Amino acid sequence: MAHPASPFLSVLILLLVAAVTAIAILVLSGWVLPLLKPSNPQAAKLRPYECGVQPLQEGARHKYSVKFYLTAMLFILFDVEAAFLLPWAVNFKHALWTFGAMLSFMATLLVGFIYAWGKGAFEWER
Amino acid sequence: MSELDINDAVMTTRLDAVVNWGRKNSLWPMPFGVACCAIEFMSMMASRFDLSRFGAEAMRFSPRQSDMMLILGTITNKMAPVLRTIYAQMAEPKWVISVGVCASSGGMYRTYATLQGVDRVIPVDVYVPGCPPRPESMIYGVMKLQEKIEKESLSMRKDHIARFYESLARQESLQAEKGLTSQQAIREMLMDAGERGVGTIF
Repeated sequence: MAHPASPFLSVLILLLVAAVTAIAILVLSGWVLPLLKPSNPQAAKLRPYECGVQPLQEGARHKYSVKFYLTAMLFILFDVEAAFLLPWAVNFKHALWTFGAMLSFMATLLVGFIYAWGKGAFEWER
Repeated sequence: MSELDINDAVMTTRLDAVVNWGRKNSLWPMPFGVACCAIEFMSMMASRFDLSRFGAEAMRFSPRQSDMMLILGTITNKMAPVLRTIYAQMAEPKWVISVGVCASSGGMYRTYATLQGVDRVIPVDVYVPGCPPRPESMIYGVMKLQEKIEKESLSMRKDHIARFYESLARQESLQAEKGLTSQQAIREMLMDAGERGVGTIF
């Protein structure tokens, strides 16, 4: 009489073959094949790849200043102000009543300017 | 009933032959494209000429993953240390093909700013003439390199590369000692080699 587990003998064999194959691949790739491959550790190979140029800073995770961003934003703000002022000044004598509107526009920007000044946005070294 | 002859069943070979057979049919090119030869290189890699027929289709733009450097264009003195660093960072074993007259000898740029042949600073295996060479001649260069790989011994290639690393260490110590830039150090090494009547610095 056959053992009740005997139909699963093939499954056991499959498992064993899979385990042996896995271990063989590990041993081959880990210990046998490295004997064949050329091994020549060099400092140049461990350096970061920056298109062949010596790296300029230690790592890529340095903090960098965002001051230029602030300067650029303020420049755009006052650039727009100037862009509004010029055509307005050219047509001013045909529309004298717009003086008040332009004054309030300038006042709004002036508040922003004073605020940025007070925050120290114009000081490069801080 | 015939007996099994051992010579029919078993094939023996040298390790060199097997390893080199593998190496020559799986070259990973790295284009060092600095001038118009790189345009011909694109053509060489594309479907019309198709370098993948020679097992070298895995083109990589990083020296870490490639072992055949193709120098495609004029190398200036300013570029020489960059070329040396990238060659140093390539995976071993590595081979170099100098494509076109500019890379091979400076070509028409007979000037103070141009390196008169890249073989002065890194070891070159095959030179391909032309300005720029047609893709067919570049493929012929790769085939010549394959022939060369087939014949070379494993230790020979190792020593070949070791000599280059020695020269790189010399360059770096020169930079550290005298406070020179890498360009100045290579220039000094070239002058020194010239005085000794040698054309190369490795």
